[in-house]
Amino acid sequence: MSDILSLTAVELGKAIKAGEYTAVQAMQAVLDQIDKTEETVHAYVTIDKEAALAKAAEAQKKIEAGELTGPLAGVPVAIKDNMCTEGMLTTCSSKILSNFVPTFSSEAVINLEKAGAVVIGKTNMDEFAMGSTTETSYYGVTRNPRNPEHVPGGSSGGSAAAVAAQECFFALGSDTGGSIRQPASYCGVVGLKPTYGTVSRYGLIAYGSSLDQIGPLCKDVTDCATILETIASHDPKDSTSMKREDTNFTEALVKDVKGMKIGIPKSYFGEGLQEDVKAAVLAVADKLKELGAEVEEFDLAHVKYAIPTYYTIADAEASSNLERFDGVKYGYRAQDADELHRMYKKSRSEGFGPEVKRRIMLGSFVLSSGYYDAYYLKALRVKALIKKAFDDAFAKYDIILGPVAPTTAPKLGCSLSNPMQMYLGDIYTISVNLAGLPGISVPCGTDSNGLPIGVQMIGDCFAEKKLIRAAYTYEQAAKEV
Amino acid sequence: MANVISDETIEYVGILAKLELNDEEKEQAKKDLAEMLDYIDELGELDTTGVEPMSHVFPVNNVFREDVVTNGDDSENILKNAPGEKDNMFLVPKTFD
Repeated sequence: MSDILSLTAVELGKAIKAGEYTAVQAMQAVLDQIDKTEETVHAYVTIDKEAALAKAAEAQKKIEAGELTGPLAGVPVAIKDNMCTEGMLTTCSSKILSNFVPTFSSEAVINLEKAGAVVIGKTNMDEFAMGSTTETSYYGVTRNPRNPEHVPGGSSGGSAAAVAAQECFFALGSDTGGSIRQPASYCGVVGLKPTYGTVSRYGLIAYGSSLDQIGPLCKDVTDCATILETIASHDPKDSTSMKREDTNFTEALVKDVKGMKIGIPKSYFGEGLQEDVKAAVLAVADKLKELGAEVEEFDLAHVKYAIPTYYTIADAEASSNLERFDGVKYGYRAQDADELHRMYKKSRSEGFGPEVKRRIMLGSFVLSSGYYDAYYLKALRVKALIKKAFDDAFAKYDIILGPVAPTTAPKLGCSLSNPMQMYLGDIYTISVNLAGLPGISVPCGTDSNGLPIGVQMIGDCFAEKKLIRAAYTYEQAAKEV
Repeated sequence: MANVISDETIEYVGILAKLELNDEEKEQAKKDLAEMLDYIDELGELDTTGVEPMSHVFPVNNVFREDVVTNGDDSENILKNAPGEKDNMFLVPKTFD
């Protein structure tokens, strides 16, 4: 049973279909692994072992009856704790949702369950997805399985760590400013943020609605394409959901980049980038060039404005989205407030952590009368310029290649004391969300301390297939060395 | 020019945000907000005259659907999450005297 854990999701799906393993055995293997490693890693907020085993048994029956035939049938999956799961605690890693049990599941989870994947539990995250280290969780930090003295990244740190620690076969995360790609990079797994609107946000507890996207964290690019194919859907319940015809992403698992035009933004390799990271990422570019891609450096405009633009827009949207947490309909209510408005204020002040409050405050300020034009509208105008800069780049290139983050995973406890410094670490991932683009993080080596490094590939809107093709080509070539 | 956030501004933003900050948190919030605004002010370097604000990247507007109920009455389960409940309704503290 020990080697079952090293299978990818797709390999496991095949093995279950072939009768080599059952879905129950797969779930039991994952639960045993959780017993072994969870005390160190703490990737999960909630695990319901009995329910997971019961659901696995149910899936196994359907597989045997020929009702479930997809590639993920019977495969155990971990879900980030900001996606609603019917009957299972959903906390957003916040005190304010410490007792919230949704009455419905998010569309992405429903799509996975329809395909026969079996939910293990809910993974830890930065509170309301606000953070880059998973240290702002109310339920304690998650540790990086590659080195437990370091953070797993964030905000989908629990999902990335669960995949890396083999505590699941794949996971779902959400990405508002890099929250899938950066933890994937820090933990040495594959993570993809799809084009905005590709995966329904129905049931995803909103942070920055115009930026949030759900995507996979997984062991390899084949899993990534397969999972994306399963969760992508047009959903009338999400008004920003896009109707896409080209969601057969596994078609793009082709080892060939001949003639592919790859642009490397010069400004992504400047000051602040760790030497090891720079070398590893440029080695990927060399490899792809060797395999027939055309690689060229170029100037991507407005890079330095992405972070201030992002924090203005994301925090503005967050301040509005998080108004719903008021102690009335669900979640935490302060006990000693005798009047409605005092109850709102006390419940929110006691229920939210410092980073969430910081962002709600900034968001409320930039939307307030007198400052709305100067800050919020200004940021929306700059967002248009950033989108234009990417449009210009994609007129010349098929994909853009660069680092995911300036450094490898920092040590626990080093990041939260200086929020501004932490925000600067989002420089390479954030503009992708502003422009609605797809981006993938693929492991490409380790630094001198043995910590994983990720390379980021960015595509034009709806060009996931190009990303998957380039990422798959690199991954296969790297295996051969 | 560095931003300075006054006590009145923090008080006002606290009302908008429906957050009650203690004195220590207020001082920290003044500092954090000022620092972020200094940073955001860099956007002023960019000339955005004539640039339309972009709220969504795709021109998807006015997505309508028929106003038909498709989910059933789940009030019993929904109210299980409520901190206060009475006669199938949300119970809240008094709203006025």
